[in-house]
Amino acid sequence: MSLFLTQLMNGIGNGAVYASLALALVLIYRTTGILNFAQGEMALYSTYLFWYFTDRGMPVVVAILLTMVLSFIGGAAIERVVLRPVENSSPLVLVIVTIGMFLALNSIVQVQFGADIKTNLPRAYPKHVWRPGDVQISADTLVLVGVLIVVCFVLYLLFQHTKLGLAFRAVSSNPESSRLVGVPAGRMLMLGWALAAALGALAGCLIIPTIGLQASSMQSILVFSFAAAALGGFDSPLGAVVGGLIVGVAQSLTTQYIKSLSDIVLIVPFGLILVVLMVRPQGLFGTRRVERV
Amino acid sequence: MSALLEVSELRAAYGAVRVLHGVDFSVNEGEVVVILGANGAGKTTTLRAICGMVDAHGRVAFAGRAVLGRKPEQIAAAGVAHVPQGRGTIVDLTVVDNLRIGAYSRRDKEVDTDIERWFSVFPRLGERSGQQAGSMSGGEQQMLAIARAMMARPKLVLLDEPSLGLAPIVTQMLFRTLGDLNRDDGVSMLVVEQNANLALGIATRGYVLETGTIVTSGSAEDLAGNDEVRRAYLGI
Repeated sequence: MSLFLTQLMNGIGNGAVYASLALALVLIYRTTGILNFAQGEMALYSTYLFWYFTDRGMPVVVAILLTMVLSFIGGAAIERVVLRPVENSSPLVLVIVTIGMFLALNSIVQVQFGADIKTNLPRAYPKHVWRPGDVQISADTLVLVGVLIVVCFVLYLLFQHTKLGLAFRAVSSNPESSRLVGVPAGRMLMLGWALAAALGALAGCLIIPTIGLQASSMQSILVFSFAAAALGGFDSPLGAVVGGLIVGVAQSLTTQYIKSLSDIVLIVPFGLILVVLMVRPQGLFGTRRVERV
Repeated sequence: MSALLEVSELRAAYGAVRVLHGVDFSVNEGEVVVILGANGAGKTTTLRAICGMVDAHGRVAFAGRAVLGRKPEQIAAAGVAHVPQGRGTIVDLTVVDNLRIGAYSRRDKEVDTDIERWFSVFPRLGERSGQQAGSMSGGEQQMLAIARAMMARPKLVLLDEPSLGLAPIVTQMLFRTLGDLNRDDGVSMLVVEQNANLALGIATRGYVLETGTIVTSGSAEDLAGNDEVRRAYLGI
């Protein structure tokens, strides 16, 4: 039982990371209708920035905040420069553009920062494991879950209780009508990408120090996050969080109890995506639109 | 009376298909102007060109300033509200959020007062303030679209087929309200409508648009008495 609970806690910790990235995917999907395959590599680039700053002696928390600010700007710039010119293209073109960004960013980090594994990433908090009873709860889990809760709360306040958030939701739902009442739709799309990039940066800065930084660090995490977003529904922030936690727990329990799968963990997210698409394509919390005409 | 909206030589095309071949008309301050025309005459395109949603050439001046080529959100902020065909309510937002977003360009503190006002003009909206706009009936959504446009406190409202798909009794009520708004608030309106009877009932002047060109114009009474107009658009 304690083994089960320990794995459950580990799963929730990982799930919090998947949830953060899935939230980033949802932010972009809801505003621009794009599945951002470059989300993981955007976070990867941010994490390299974080490594660069801390490697030069910057305090960890300051480095995380600076990285998030730069990523926010970078995300907005990507929307404006890379995506705006193709925004009315077919979904296929958009997918190819994000895959192109995936490849480009992945190569850029290797050229810019070197292809070796960076092991000297500082942690924002001390490594510690609590043992209430026989259950093990690591500081990683608590920090990741705590950060996720704070992020959700901040996003909730932003979207539900500010004029900016209302404008953002309006553009997500109906860009044309929003522009007709004076909402600058383009700026809202930039905001979506900017928030997603900052969120990815935060997730990267927190999780990558526990697994080591190299060009492939984010790839499997992104697959899990896609599974989380598909499970929860690509248009549902709540779904992203719940989906992330479910995927995280499913992953840690599968690898614990089904030894034959422990080398091919990726079967969990792919299996989940497959089942969701067959049974409930809009995801657990996704909306099938109710609309009368 | 000065011209609030002055449109001259307006031309627009979708790809190689030319839709407007040089349209001229104007809306004076305080007027309700109606544009009559059959399907495909270019009525909707005319409105969309004015508010910046389609590329067009020629000259559109609003309150003395050229607006053609500016972004829809800038034109909206300048005081032109558009109630698009098919209502254009933001279906995922609640009724009250739709009204709030209508006031996006405003900086004053009276938004809540205005919301209460529109709830009293359209009591159905007040009853459903927390409901998702997309789940309401067509008539209710049309009321919401009009109230949302008015939330911007516009100088000019463009209405694109407000009667489309609505029951006659709802349409009559809507036009009565539009007439009241014009009289009491002094809001100018440019209405595109197939239901010529109702539209001419509240209009000051009107134009008839045929395949992208204005063919007739005159006061609402003249148009209502014009034999050709009666035959083509009033079904008499």
